[in-house]
Amino acid sequence: MSISHFIKSFTLFELWKGLSVTLRHMFHRKITVQYPEEHTPMSPRFRGLHAQRRYPNGEERCIACKLCEAVCPAMAITIESEQREDGTRRTTRYDIDMTKCIFCGFCEQACPVDAIVETHIFEYHGEQRGDLLYTKEMLLAVGDKYEKEIAAARAADAKYR
Amino acid sequence: MMKDLLLSIPYVDLLPEWVVLTAANVILIVLIVLPVILHVAYLTFAERKIIGWMQIRVGPNRVGPRGWLQPIADVVKLLLKEIVIPSNANKFLFLIAPMLALVPALVAWAVIPFTDTWQLTNIDASLLFVLALTSIGVYGIIIAGWASNSKYALLGALRSAAQMVAYEIAMGFALVGVLMAANSLNLNEIVTRQSGGLFDWYIWPLLPLFFVYFISGVAETNRAPFDIAEGESEIVAGFHVEYSGITFGLFFLAEYANMILISTLTVLLFLGGWLPPFDHPVLNLVPGFAWLWIKVAFFLFCYLWLRATFPRYRYDQIMRLGWKVLIPVTLVWIGVVGVAQQTKWGYLFH
Repeated sequence: MSISHFIKSFTLFELWKGLSVTLRHMFHRKITVQYPEEHTPMSPRFRGLHAQRRYPNGEERCIACKLCEAVCPAMAITIESEQREDGTRRTTRYDIDMTKCIFCGFCEQACPVDAIVETHIFEYHGEQRGDLLYTKEMLLAVGDKYEKEIAAARAADAKYR
Repeated sequence: MMKDLLLSIPYVDLLPEWVVLTAANVILIVLIVLPVILHVAYLTFAERKIIGWMQIRVGPNRVGPRGWLQPIADVVKLLLKEIVIPSNANKFLFLIAPMLALVPALVAWAVIPFTDTWQLTNIDASLLFVLALTSIGVYGIIIAGWASNSKYALLGALRSAAQMVAYEIAMGFALVGVLMAANSLNLNEIVTRQSGGLFDWYIWPLLPLFFVYFISGVAETNRAPFDIAEGESEIVAGFHVEYSGITFGLFFLAEYANMILISTLTVLLFLGGWLPPFDHPVLNLVPGFAWLWIKVAFFLFCYLWLRATFPRYRYDQIMRLGWKVLIPVTLVWIGVVGVAQQTKWGYLFH
């Protein structure tokens, strides 16, 4: 053990150095975000609660191609479909189990008609078992309610796609 | 004093003397224990705030104005929680252990002088009494670890016991230095020997012993960076894994009461207790209790500061520091003090 090491350890030199760092940080400006009142900035690519969109004329976009069901790594999506009177193929059932969903966004990427999208909504909850099993009606309702925000987010991100 | 106060109430002097004496002592005990518990509550709050600030956070600020009711909410929560007793635990020992941990931490306050007159009892060897009681506290931890019938709890208790034994010796030797300087085992006497001002405090002639005492005090209370007894990353929570609700709360209370006790003892032994830093008429106007409080608050801040700064020691490092560094340092300095007192340098150590 060299003399300088001996002096260093007995004067607690490095410990004082560490203590001075924490003491200085105590007087720094705090960077906490007071969550319910303040929010951090959010990207237009944010992947939150899912929604089913409609065309401006009110027709639902989904054509029941089942690409989302196939790509979903958590197997959270269940789709059943049949032919409507006008000859188009439509879903009769479109369920997303939010308790299985890992919010990877693959369904959104796979969709050829931009029907299933993930919105910026993340403050939602279920109070009972089953509340988080989103059916076609619920997804369409989310889409109808937030169509403006969804379209704006898509427009903001369009030039990077 | 309290007895005379009670006797001044009409008709009280008709009661038998032992009743009055008991009532007076109970009032005094409540007057000491309640503030200690309140200080513990707000020490936990201060801890979360200060460590938060050091990590550039703001700490708890939701319960009450600026979070000031947080400790009250914590206490209510702990009181309302279920006390889970593991099915293979020794029920009697399991429940008695938290009490065994807490009671010595509170009893030791009986001999602590808050000012030259505010003291529950002034016994001759009060320092010895405090040392004895702080050592008893480890029984609570060992019994808790054993009675839980859990491997983590047992390991935590064993670590804690080994650590206590190692650091008790360094602590005791540090106190021997103080005894040699003060020539007394009485806390009151030790403090009055330091009167005169900043430069008459024992921290200066006994500086190495002061550091050893505080470091082993941190180790003795199982606080970071010496908290291997509850090292979360290795043994979950150590000796109190199986405890919940208020039984856990009592261990918590004991730990923090011990922190305050160790800080108070450090102040009494090395920093002149209730004495002001300079013997000046203006400073003498400030009540002695306030000086004691300020000094103790500084050491409690140091406890939190250390916790926010240093990572946990490894088990073998703790043993090495205790046996191979702190004890030799104290032995050398006791030798220095002893030799000096027998030669013309003795005035430096009085």
